[in-house]
Amino acid sequence: MSDSWRSPNRVLLVALGGLTVFFLVVPTLIIVPMGFSSSQILTFPPPGWSLQWYEKMLTDRQWTTGFLNSFQVATVTAIVSTVLGTMAALGMVRGRFPGKSLANALILSPLIVPVIVIAIGMFSLYVRWKITGSIVGLVAAHSALAIPFVMINVATGLRTLDRNLEMAAQNLGAGPGRTFMRVTFPLILPGVLTGALFAFLTSWDEVVVAIFLTTAKFRTLPVEMWEQVRQVVDPTVAAVATMVLAVTTTVLLLVFVVRRQAPAT
Amino acid sequence: MSATSRPVGEAGQRPALVLRGLTKHYGGVPAVAGLDLEVRRGEFVTLLGPSGSGKTTTLRMIAGFTLQTGGTIEIDGVDMSRVPPYRRDVGMIFQNYALFPHMTAAQNIAFPLEMRRVPRSEIKRRVADALALVKLTGFGERYPRQLSGGQQQRVAFARAVVFGPRLLLMDEPLGALDKKLREALQLEVMHFSRQLGATVIYVTHDQEEALVMSDRIAIFRDGRIEQLGTGEDLYNRPVSLFVADFIGESNILRGDFTGNGDGGWLTRGSWRWQVGSASMAGREIADGAAAWVIRPEHLRVESSGAALSDGRNAIDADVKEVLYLGATRKIELTLPDGQTAVGRESAEAGGIWRSGDRVRLSWAITDGVVVADG
Repeated sequence: MSDSWRSPNRVLLVALGGLTVFFLVVPTLIIVPMGFSSSQILTFPPPGWSLQWYEKMLTDRQWTTGFLNSFQVATVTAIVSTVLGTMAALGMVRGRFPGKSLANALILSPLIVPVIVIAIGMFSLYVRWKITGSIVGLVAAHSALAIPFVMINVATGLRTLDRNLEMAAQNLGAGPGRTFMRVTFPLILPGVLTGALFAFLTSWDEVVVAIFLTTAKFRTLPVEMWEQVRQVVDPTVAAVATMVLAVTTTVLLLVFVVRRQAPAT
Repeated sequence: MSATSRPVGEAGQRPALVLRGLTKHYGGVPAVAGLDLEVRRGEFVTLLGPSGSGKTTTLRMIAGFTLQTGGTIEIDGVDMSRVPPYRRDVGMIFQNYALFPHMTAAQNIAFPLEMRRVPRSEIKRRVADALALVKLTGFGERYPRQLSGGQQQRVAFARAVVFGPRLLLMDEPLGALDKKLREALQLEVMHFSRQLGATVIYVTHDQEEALVMSDRIAIFRDGRIEQLGTGEDLYNRPVSLFVADFIGESNILRGDFTGNGDGGWLTRGSWRWQVGSASMAGREIADGAAAWVIRPEHLRVESSGAALSDGRNAIDADVKEVLYLGATRKIELTLPDGQTAVGRESAEAGGIWRSGDRVRLSWAITDGVVVADG
């Protein structure tokens, strides 16, 4: 170990890793002290410390409703896309029907198509259907973006599931429905939960589609942040960003917990 | 060692399983080609054969996981050909046990009872009984991953029998275990299923396992049953070279057969052997290519000059190798035309023969069996 530590490869690895941390993680983390700043404007480093921006965040109706809207949209999106994504995964892994690979490509396309293109397309249609500025429209849009994550996670679980277990359940007297509820679903549950958490995150910090589909009356937190940063540059947005980051980190930690709890087959 | 003392259904009783003309094609290729089999209640029947001979496909058709292309499956007198697997009431033990990893041993065993809506209190009692049967009382709260391979196997057995299935199917359930454990579990599985009087269909490619455990063995070849009989039948009276070769070690002496009504003659080059009627095993063989199947223990290795006693046949051979195996010595021999043969002698004899010795092999005209060649 001590020899390889000095090898050129190792040095290169450490250098690249260091650069990555510097450019990715540091910009994210300097937001945190900025939210505790005593300054009236967004600066780094903060000249002193105060909790006034957190107080403002928790009392300002614009921020609190934005938070509630985002949380609602993300939660409903997680539920809708988990149900649909799990069903899609079952169809893709187990089903045999014509046009399967086309269906697969279509479901996964939101991962590849630029979000701005999706956003403009959805905006044009949703305006006609009159579902912009509503939780329904945003949930529908975010679900389309989140379903691929659910499907990929669940499909992985299904592919690694020992088919003998389902045959054993049938042999022991369980019909297709009870085989799914008692054996298949509990065993793919880690994948389903992971997908649900990723779906929540997909919606939670989504801003591009949300800018198009929200109105002044109905804004999500990222959109509210975007609007505020463009107008007033007070450190509340840093406090809000820290809170958003905290939620995201918590959800990611949950993903790890779910993965660790998965029953060893 | 074959378990002939098991209580087996009376001849007049309805058979536990009847397969008639069972066929399975995969894209035109027959995996099982018109199989007929009757299994009596309480019988332990092994399907034995090389991989790809159709034995596992047959088992999966009986369980209902694979739909047959043709033929019928009757279990306890009921036609099950089109019945889905969850209504067939047969227990199955899978090669990897297929225990549900998210359930404890007790929950695994309770599963088939819950599916049958057995009252909770009765489930509790029957799970406890099943755990006691497989000697795992006190292990009910363990998850499969907390159990050893042998214990998992026993949980799988308990789960497959707890609901009183009409048939017990086992798909190479001991295949994944090491030799010592496998031998111990062979006896256990036999013991447990005998205790329950269960009708067992057992799939394996291990001929020793088949001989130890079965009442009858069905030798599979190319989707058909080549021979069905007790271990002794198959060992002493194989119907073909395939069966002779598959069960135990055997010497195959090929030649030309000429029948004379009661036995006949087998000739090979300058050698001419008399075939006693006992070696015909009561079967007719057409004149032409045939082979004498002789087990190593029936082959006597003698010095080449010794006088040949009456009622014995002989052939010359060279000793290639003498292998010490503990209780016996295995003598590997080369026949004049280059084919190999195997003899055995007691290790106590002191090892008369050495590699390179010219010897004579002899056997009684009533030993072994003559079968058609090809």
